[in-house]
Amino acid sequence: MKWRDSWRYSAQVLLRHKARTVLLSFAVAIGVSSVLLLTSVGEGARHYVSSEFASLGSDILIILPGKKETSGGSIPFYSTTPRDLTIEDAQAITHLSSVKSVAPVILGTALVSHQNKSREVITIGSTQDFLNVRNLSLTQGRGFSQKSVDLAESICIIGSQLKNDLFGRHNAMGQWLKIADRRYRVVGILEERGESLGLDMRDMVIIPIRSAESLFNSPALFRILIGLKPRQDEQLVKQRILTLIKKRHDDEEDITIISQNAMMSSFDRISNFLTVAIGVIASISLVVAGFLIMNVSYISVSKRQQEIGLLKAIGATANEVRIIFLTESALLICFGVCLGLATGYTLAALFNQFIPSFMLIIPWWAALASGLMSFIIGLLFTWLPAAKAAGQDPVSAMRGN
Amino acid sequence: MTKQITLSHVDKTYIVGEKPLHVLNDINLSIKEGEYISIMGPSGSGKSTLLNMIGLLDRIDSGSLVLENTETTALTEEQRAKLRRNSLGFIFQNFQLISRLTALENAELPLVLAGIDTSKRAEIVTKLFESLGLAERLQHLPKQLSGGQLQRVAIARAMVMSPKILLADEPTGNLDQKSGKDVVAVLEQLNLQGITLIMVTHDHELGARANRQLKMVDGVIVCDSGTSIEKDTKNEVA
Repeated sequence: MKWRDSWRYSAQVLLRHKARTVLLSFAVAIGVSSVLLLTSVGEGARHYVSSEFASLGSDILIILPGKKETSGGSIPFYSTTPRDLTIEDAQAITHLSSVKSVAPVILGTALVSHQNKSREVITIGSTQDFLNVRNLSLTQGRGFSQKSVDLAESICIIGSQLKNDLFGRHNAMGQWLKIADRRYRVVGILEERGESLGLDMRDMVIIPIRSAESLFNSPALFRILIGLKPRQDEQLVKQRILTLIKKRHDDEEDITIISQNAMMSSFDRISNFLTVAIGVIASISLVVAGFLIMNVSYISVSKRQQEIGLLKAIGATANEVRIIFLTESALLICFGVCLGLATGYTLAALFNQFIPSFMLIIPWWAALASGLMSFIIGLLFTWLPAAKAAGQDPVSAMRGN
Repeated sequence: MTKQITLSHVDKTYIVGEKPLHVLNDINLSIKEGEYISIMGPSGSGKSTLLNMIGLLDRIDSGSLVLENTETTALTEEQRAKLRRNSLGFIFQNFQLISRLTALENAELPLVLAGIDTSKRAEIVTKLFESLGLAERLQHLPKQLSGGQLQRVAIARAMVMSPKILLADEPTGNLDQKSGKDVVAVLEQLNLQGITLIMVTHDHELGARANRQLKMVDGVIVCDSGTSIEKDTKNEVA
């Protein structure tokens, strides 16, 4: 029997039993689209976080005060040996040749007010490099000059939402506002970007680092952000920074350096694992579809006993009978997979249309794997009914026994 | 005429419940090319079983069955299937047509199994349908055909591979008298063309038309007009 004839013969059976074909195709389609949609949530989350990291800029190191380490005793525990990072530490780092920009950061919250409007907002003290390292740009005004930073000028850059809340439609540039009990002149307004790793860029104020030092009455830095020159050996730069700070901190290694790339690759690994895990869970529905196909195939074999008997009587080999049933299953799965792919991609596109802030991204491997798995599961589950059909004795099959 | 089918000391037993049921007992039969044989006997006498054995639809328990110079007892299922496809044509009492397929598609099934091209298949089937008076019925579904037409489609299906042996199990059993006569006429015409025709029937009148008549009782051939064998039996032949 030629393949083309086998496909045609099976297609005729499926067309004859339209309701059965449609329902089983739906079962496979639901399985396939579940895999696509669930993995697309995982992949979308990975993409979302990756783009958040990317919005910070690339090739960035973050220095935190204190070193996380495991120390003594039978039960290990984490301890920290905090020692303040200072602006001078940041200035020392700027002398390293691989470093492009260094942004010391002081972070706090303060009451920001203008005329009769006021609210608590996150206040960041830093330098112009903060804008460079975090890829922030201004819609109006300018950044901080080195002079304004060194002289702790009373100037500030504000987020777009804070500008709207405090100044409404009026021009905020050159206006004065109060942060705690001090007056600052607005010299720049941040471009609208939204949240970035939990920090709402629309609702914050940035002041020169020395001003923040004075405002919060503390020289301790919250972080130092370091932008590297292109194509630097990250590990080597980290080692150099560690050595430098250790020397400055009385030979004590009391800082932690986080690499953005390392964080991203760790996150990538975790999210990839989670996406695959979600896909595996979703593929349970494919196994359920497989059982349905098996069940219906058994019914089909017993209802078509006379046909099987006849085929064998007129010279069909057991293998040809088996192939007829497996081809039917393959065709059915083919319909189901196509329907599932179409449904999955359509639903993802609709979701993305209505909620563009979180994109569902269907990984190519999920589409491929769900299709392949459907075929493997479908054919495996049809194997037993097909073998039953192939093993039928022609005489008793024709009698319907 | 040369020997085409030879059965020697053929036995067949089925287990019914826990008891063995001897359906064929020491059958010895030799059939030559082009013979027209009818097998008659009461229900349960083993005539259909004998036909199934000759048609390789079932296996004999002991003895030997030579078909077209091939000893069939040692053949694999696949070899038997191919021998059935190429050398034998089957006609059944209830036509055994597939309801979702057209008359053309039903008739061409053996050709499909043999891997013959679509155009060649259509040519063969159309020619046969014309000779059987079914030229206008190619695209009809079985439910759109009369009993006589259904059996003629089944005859066409049996003939598409140009078999040398035609096995018919009660071919007129489900037909009215006129349709039955028409079908028999077609079969006899095929026999006249040199095809061996072996027919199981309850109909004495129909059986008497054959050149050679076998009568079976309790799994034994009690009368063979071809060899003038007549065995004593406790049961009367119906």
